[in-house]
Amino acid sequence: METFVPPVPSRINYINAQYGLKSWLLTKDHKRIALLYLGSISFFFFIGGLYAMAIRLELLTPQADLLQSTTYNKVFTQHGIIMVFFFLIPSIPATLGNFLVPMMIGAKDLAFPRINLLSWYIYMLGGIVTIYALLAGGVDTGWTFYTPFSTTFSNSYVVATGLGIFINGFSSILTGLNFIVTIHTMRAPGMTWFRLPLFIWAHYATSLIMILGTPVIAITILLLAFERVAHIGIFDPAVGGDPVLFQHLFWFYSHPAVYIMVLPGMGIISELIANFSRKNIFGYSFVAFSSLAIAVFGFLVWGHHLFVASQSVYAGMIFSFLSFAVAIPSAIKVFNWTATLYKASISYDTPMLYALGFIGLFTIGGMTGLFLAALAVDVHLSDTYFVVAHFHYIMVGGTLLAYLGGLHYWWPKITGRMYPEGWGRFSALVVFIGFNLTFLPQFILGYMGMPRRYHVYPAEFQVLHVLSTAGASILGVGLLIPLFYLMWSMRYGKVAPGNPWHLPGLEWRTQSPPPTENFDYTPVVTWEAYEFAPPEETEVVGKFHDKVPEKA
Amino acid sequence: MQTSWIPFVPPSASTLSGKVDALYFYLSGVTIFFTLLISGVLIFFVIKYRRRNPYEIPRPVAGSIKLETLWSVIPFIIAMTMFAWGAQIFFEQSRPPSNAVEVYVVGKQWMWKIQHTTGQREINELHVPVGRRIKLVMGTEDVIHDFFIPAFRIKADVVPGRYTTLWFEATKAGRYHLFCAEYCGMNHSGMIGSVVAMEPKDFDEWLSGSSSQQSPAVAGQQIYETLGCASCHGPAGEGRRGPALVGVFAKQVFLNNGQSIKADEAYIRESIVNPQAKLVAGFGPIMPTFQGQVSEEQLMQILAFIKSLQVQTPGPVMAASPVPTPSGVPSAAPAASSTPRTGP
Ligand code: HEM
Ligand SMILES: [Cu+2]
Repeated sequence: METFVPPVPSRINYINAQYGLKSWLLTKDHKRIALLYLGSISFFFFIGGLYAMAIRLELLTPQADLLQSTTYNKVFTQHGIIMVFFFLIPSIPATLGNFLVPMMIGAKDLAFPRINLLSWYIYMLGGIVTIYALLAGGVDTGWTFYTPFSTTFSNSYVVATGLGIFINGFSSILTGLNFIVTIHTMRAPGMTWFRLPLFIWAHYATSLIMILGTPVIAITILLLAFERVAHIGIFDPAVGGDPVLFQHLFWFYSHPAVYIMVLPGMGIISELIANFSRKNIFGYSFVAFSSLAIAVFGFLVWGHHLFVASQSVYAGMIFSFLSFAVAIPSAIKVFNWTATLYKASISYDTPMLYALGFIGLFTIGGMTGLFLAALAVDVHLSDTYFVVAHFHYIMVGGTLLAYLGGLHYWWPKITGRMYPEGWGRFSALVVFIGFNLTFLPQFILGYMGMPRRYHVYPAEFQVLHVLSTAGASILGVGLLIPLFYLMWSMRYGKVAPGNPWHLPGLEWRTQSPPPTENFDYTPVVTWEAYEFAPPEETEVVGKFHDKVPEKA
Repeated sequence: MQTSWIPFVPPSASTLSGKVDALYFYLSGVTIFFTLLISGVLIFFVIKYRRRNPYEIPRPVAGSIKLETLWSVIPFIIAMTMFAWGAQIFFEQSRPPSNAVEVYVVGKQWMWKIQHTTGQREINELHVPVGRRIKLVMGTEDVIHDFFIPAFRIKADVVPGRYTTLWFEATKAGRYHLFCAEYCGMNHSGMIGSVVAMEPKDFDEWLSGSSSQQSPAVAGQQIYETLGCASCHGPAGEGRRGPALVGVFAKQVFLNNGQSIKADEAYIRESIVNPQAKLVAGFGPIMPTFQGQVSEEQLMQILAFIKSLQVQTPGPVMAASPVPTPSGVPSAAPAASSTPRTGP
């Protein structure tokens, strides 16, 4: 146990600038709002995690023992809804993005601080409505809400849950809007577009998708509610509607939404790889533009979720082609991250371990996307555990690992305390092992034909399910460890200096935790992104000449 | 259930399954190779270039257009081979051969109802002969389901308001899993069954053993009469106030909006449940809708009846086909003209 070091009272920062609940609930400080989000998404993540444990425990045996059909269907539905809409989509942008976008570009706050606070309230309102729906009786349509099951046949709280998601969408839109305006108008003097950290580029691309895509899901949910309540004939063929139209609308948002989840993660990984190897990112502009390419082309591939949904053969071929094409920008990122490590100075600190884990798992997730994009193979794999494994590799192996890596990396900045490094490394390892043990067997299950959303299954699949549940338990432990030591460190951790990692980024050039105004004076940027001190300045690692460097 | 001799691969029992497996192995080979390559390089760099001195600052790099081009173009080319191969098999599996034997499938929460053209009905079981092409014509009475036979590597959603099809040719006798693969509500994981592939002679025996039921075409004819379709379309489908139905199936139909459309299963279904949607040239909007009056199964039987109404030619169109098709069902078309007429 380390000794308790009381914070130096003279240092005013955003945390001790004001006290009292009201000072938090009415704050306009992007850093405080980020913490509000951090608390609330952690809560939702915990609930989603409990549902996940229930699913994995039920799947230990081929019969229904722990949960019966009705309950199981609600559990996997609610797991999906909470994790996707209330954890993954807001996770990185609303917490780390909120905290760091202004700091990294040298601004005092986001462009619209009040709207930023409003977006948190909207998020909470959406969350409360959804929680109400879950407590009132829950919902059993799958997070995908396919019609006509959701409109005509389900007896659960579809409209209430939909309302929660609908409301929550506005919080995404406002966050995206805020980021775009901030990045355009509030960069510090000298912070040109190509000096922006890649984290900012990733958030810019993500914000574009949030603004362009989220209204579509909002409209889709409205139509769903109208149809369910009034049967006006949009999706129900008995009154002239088309049930597959719903799938088109749903995936027109939800495919881009998977990039809302993963792009900010990619932004974090670019930061971690560069900063923990003290090397500028190889092919900076390729990594930056690949984010934009993904954001744009991500809107053109939704039909790959409908290969077996009676879509025309030719539409299937076009969507398959485009899906293969959109895989290339992701591959480019992986290659550039790897190349960055060449002749670098690589540290094994916890954030870097998460970053390396991300690259491995994201690669597997992307590679298995190729199987699903290949038409004839997808026909067999669609709606099996292969798909489940694929998107968990991307969303847990990708987004969650990036989020944890980023959280550790910026923890000293956010809280002013160091996390315990030994525990950090240990739990990163446990998470990595547990994750793979959970989801690798599911690829095999999928090809063997195990359908998703089954809790009763043929006995020949049991061994692989048991392995998966064992992995999930390890993963669960791996995620609880950081929960404990991070909370512990807020009080007992070593006090963090302003720049504990000795890095050039603007967010490190101010005290930890930062003052409310972020910087004591407006920074002037005269260096490129990821420009580490030149070799002759060994004693001032992380410090920089304040003159424009000559280009190599 | 049958199992496969290759670990982690389900039994391979159709003409298609080997082709899908070949592509799957190609994808696995390429992706595992590249995953190992990337991880290998990554681990090598991480060990070789570990930080040896807390103050070291490596030299910055300048990036390389050449490398960027290389690692964009090569993956793209490899991806295109995957695309082309996958699309080619998909194209083949999406077009049922014209000589396939039809089997009618109706999904319903939470069971599969199946009827053969010869009349046999089954629930959650599908018996098929090895070596003959089978085409499933599928509909649903309620929500979306999905007919999935892992051993044949095929699946397709069954969608309310539409017909979807699947076709296959079993290659190995055995009993295989049948799953509903689209979440359909409470008892989704109970909507399972088996596909029994049998040697042709065993299958013929099975057919004769269990048959005392009406063929769908004959059942369809009775529905045609009780619903009063005959009053406008003629008792034998020869046409009166409504267009003739003899020989209409799979032909081009001219509509009164100047367009023409192929009279496939979907068109015929729509003409019954929503007749005003497409009007045949020369006819007014006088046909009432039968939405809600006929079940999906009955619709399929009417469909089978209409398919059986072929123009009588000396050499039947089916001559080339080694297997019976709906119009080849002995009792269908001729029986139609000999049955007593029902009044309008
Ligand atoms: C890069 C980030 C990616 C993310 C976040 C992601 C996420 C997802 C998610 C969430 C689903 C399943 C949704 C559901 O059915 O509930 C999914 C399915 C799918 N993904 Fe990805 N994916 C990514 C990359 C890729 C890539 C690169 C490809 C193609 C090369 C791809 C192809 C597919 C296909 C075809 C499906 C549909 C599978 C099916 O239902 O049959 N994905 N992905
Ligand atoms: Cu997608």
